[in-house]
Amino acid sequence: MSNDILRVTGLKISYAVGDSKVRAVDDATFSIPAGSIVGLVGESGCGKTTVARGLTRVMAKSASIDGGEALFDGHDLLGMSEPQINQLRWREIAFIPQSAMNSLDPVYRIEKQLNEVLLQRGGYNRRQARQRTEELFDMVGIDPQRLRDFPHQFSGGMRQRVAIALALALNPKLIIADEPVTALDVIVQRQILDTLKELQEKLGISVILVTHDISVVAYVCDRIVVMYAGRVVESGDTETVLTAPYHPYTMGLYNAFPDLQSSEGLLTPIEGHPPDLRSPPPGCRFAPRCPFAQGRCSERGEVPLVDVGHGHMSACLRYGEAASLRTDASKAETWAAMA
Amino acid sequence: MMHRPQNDEATTQTPMIAIDNVRKHFTVGNPLMAAMRGSPTVVKAVDGVKFSLKKGESVGLLGESGCGKTTMGRLLLKLEEATEGRILFDGDDLAECRGEDLKRYRTQAQMIFQNPFDALNPRFTIAQSLAEPLNNIGMAKAEQANAIQKAMELVHLPNPEQFLDRFPHQMSGGQLQRVVMARALILEPSFVVADEPVSMLDVSVRAGILNLFREVRENLGLTAIYISHDLALVRYVCERTIVMYLGCIVEDGPTEDIVREPMHPYTKALVAAVPVPHPDQSHETLPIKAGAPDARNPPSGCRLRDRCPHAFARCATEEPKATSVGNRKVHCHLFDQ
Amino acid sequence: MHSDIAGETRAEPGFVGRFLARIHLPLDDPFAVVGLIIYAIFIAMAIFADQLATHDPLEILFTSDYQLAADRRPGQDGFILGTTSLGRDIYSQLIYGSRSALLIGITAAFMVAVIGTVVGLLAGYFRGWIDIVLMRAADIAFGIPFLPFVIVLSAFLEPSIWNVVFAMAMILWRDTGRVIRSQVLTLRTRAYIDAARVAGSSDLKIVFRHIAPNILPLSFLYGTIAIGWAILTEAAISFLGFGDPETISWGYMLQDAYASQALSTGGYYWFVPPGICIVLVVVAGFFISRGYEEILFPKLKE
Repeated sequence: MSNDILRVTGLKISYAVGDSKVRAVDDATFSIPAGSIVGLVGESGCGKTTVARGLTRVMAKSASIDGGEALFDGHDLLGMSEPQINQLRWREIAFIPQSAMNSLDPVYRIEKQLNEVLLQRGGYNRRQARQRTEELFDMVGIDPQRLRDFPHQFSGGMRQRVAIALALALNPKLIIADEPVTALDVIVQRQILDTLKELQEKLGISVILVTHDISVVAYVCDRIVVMYAGRVVESGDTETVLTAPYHPYTMGLYNAFPDLQSSEGLLTPIEGHPPDLRSPPPGCRFAPRCPFAQGRCSERGEVPLVDVGHGHMSACLRYGEAASLRTDASKAETWAAMA
Repeated sequence: MMHRPQNDEATTQTPMIAIDNVRKHFTVGNPLMAAMRGSPTVVKAVDGVKFSLKKGESVGLLGESGCGKTTMGRLLLKLEEATEGRILFDGDDLAECRGEDLKRYRTQAQMIFQNPFDALNPRFTIAQSLAEPLNNIGMAKAEQANAIQKAMELVHLPNPEQFLDRFPHQMSGGQLQRVVMARALILEPSFVVADEPVSMLDVSVRAGILNLFREVRENLGLTAIYISHDLALVRYVCERTIVMYLGCIVEDGPTEDIVREPMHPYTKALVAAVPVPHPDQSHETLPIKAGAPDARNPPSGCRLRDRCPHAFARCATEEPKATSVGNRKVHCHLFDQ
Repeated sequence: MHSDIAGETRAEPGFVGRFLARIHLPLDDPFAVVGLIIYAIFIAMAIFADQLATHDPLEILFTSDYQLAADRRPGQDGFILGTTSLGRDIYSQLIYGSRSALLIGITAAFMVAVIGTVVGLLAGYFRGWIDIVLMRAADIAFGIPFLPFVIVLSAFLEPSIWNVVFAMAMILWRDTGRVIRSQVLTLRTRAYIDAARVAGSSDLKIVFRHIAPNILPLSFLYGTIAIGWAILTEAAISFLGFGDPETISWGYMLQDAYASQALSTGGYYWFVPPGICIVLVVVAGFFISRGYEEILFPKLKE
């Protein structure tokens, strides 16, 4: 436990919408072991991006942190003042926003944009910076000859590599990447993920990978954190969570994914749609779509995350019956009954 | 050789859709600037594509962005005009399809769009959007309600009445995509092009749309083209797959065969790159080099040659032609020696 | 019967109601509301000019003792704003001036908005040679200096307020046309436009049902700007002496005052009121257009 680089407990973030507040992240709890890649998965609106932005405190003006703790190297990220967190950004924690590859400044050469970070934030001098930019390009697999190119001369995949190089510039301990491969084609996606994994192992850093795609998590992540409607519903070792999930949402998500390796089976959708966070359902937020929901699931009060073994956490009241639920969840009729 | 049907017997032989050496070239940017810089201004989005579809067949057009799959779909729906080559629908050349003929074609060929949030006019209610194609064929208002009801039932929207007066922004992505499908099916077309219909949707609702697509295609006997970059999705809805790379077809054959044993080096990489949702999967390096070439300036000969590990001298000089291997067509010099 | 009628009006808001809903009067912006109030006052003034005016604006007036009522100060002998050096009632001129100002402003704005919108729609939607022809025409219109063009036109034709309207219609559509064209270019890439084509809708139907409603507020923005321009132009033309001497306008009043040396004799009551009216109408137009800008480009608020 002591080798967690980041431990998030009870994180609450809300957005001001008009006069009311919408709790986009409600009591999120998870940890990031040092030197691992952790996938933060969920559907749009589940709060995964809000978590990523909240941790680096790069948030929209309307967003506010209402509670919780995020211990990074023993310091609470949420309690830090703006100058303090600013000290950490890029040097300790680097954030790659979703549109990073499209937010490179089109009028400056890539070299200049990298230099800006190295000279202004990293305290490098010109000669060191030149050496470092070449090193970075080498690391992410781009010919350093191309440092003098403009962003538009790169393809989408190359620009994503540049974004990774930028994030790595000051040797951070933790990289938070929001949907880094979403807009990319499968071949490019695979190559970027390979590069990311390779760098993570070589440099011994930790990565939080925010994505909606559990196959990306399955391919590259050591651990997985599944979010639904602002809450963490399941987390643990990727292999155990994906092969023996405890939460019905994870089971449903898995069924809904086409699998090129398995022989042809029917995909099963999860009927309904995520709740409106302005008025979330009481109790388990997945209950209205869950084929296994019982009366007690919708009673007031939050369903707690329970350790179901070896750090595998699940927020389901019926965790004791997980094995039989898994059998039922693999049948399409179970889910179709919710239509 | 394409030919028009001579008699009834020939009709069964004639493919429903025949695409004969179709090219679509776009001029990009300012020609003057490009001439000064010395870079070409023509993007060959589709460059010599040839395939045909039998009635009731479902074909996946698979490829990365910029491979020309979407342009091919737009050509088939006459949203673009081909620069060269012919597209025959039931034996009639689409290039000559105008006026009344085009009106008739619009009832025959329909499209399911990628982004359901953009495919319906935000100022129209769902009922207005569904009525538009009906108005265009001059259907009486009294009959329209019936047709709309039928289409909404077809796509399994529960209690359709509750949606009719809503605007698109009042509905979820999955519901909207069902409305988009209802609109495509309302004129009872025989041919449908679906352009990445689930890529904008959340994972949990994707499966529902894919199942619906399979269901209506089978029940209505539709001929369909499913455009996607994701082989796992194509495999789920199509018996046959055509793989495209930089405007050209590289492989064409039964989907299962392609998934199990891809032949073209590009298809091999594509199959290997598809991630699967469980941890025990291959982490081997892809058998292809990184970086897609500039579509404005593709390599001579085989377009894959600068990324292909098997490329040899002939690949640079000669464009590979379709070679039949079993029930597949492969465009690669490894197979035509 | 009652409920029937009520039910009907609820279901179908009627043409005027639908039109007002379409053009989105900018009622959220306090400045725009002030602009709309100013317009409402001037429109009321123009409509009820016959009732509001105390005299015929061109009539040369005499006092009860048959003296020429020239150069009367405000309030003197019952002339609210005094009289001109020819003995004409300034207040009545001011009231009637609103008529020509609004007539010119609104017709010019209407012409500019309609021509610009149609040009923008056609060029942007059909592209190709239509686009090339219309946009080269716009380039030519951009090359014509506006005020000299109006003066030359007035010299060729009879002096009339309609010259200004005609000249504006000939030239000022260029800005509207260009902007609307670029807006149409983005709109036509939206998937629902393709969807309408696949559904079998004709080009005209697509242009008027799917594209035009989205650019109507933009047409109105340029229309409101054109109102101000038209009134300013008319004032300038009249002030320079190319106006219609038979029609009372604020520009004519300024020219009259200037020619009669009211400025040097301290006749502020003669030239200040029409000046204020011109400023008010023009500023009101810009206030309203600002409101439209905020509807169109909400980010400006930040």
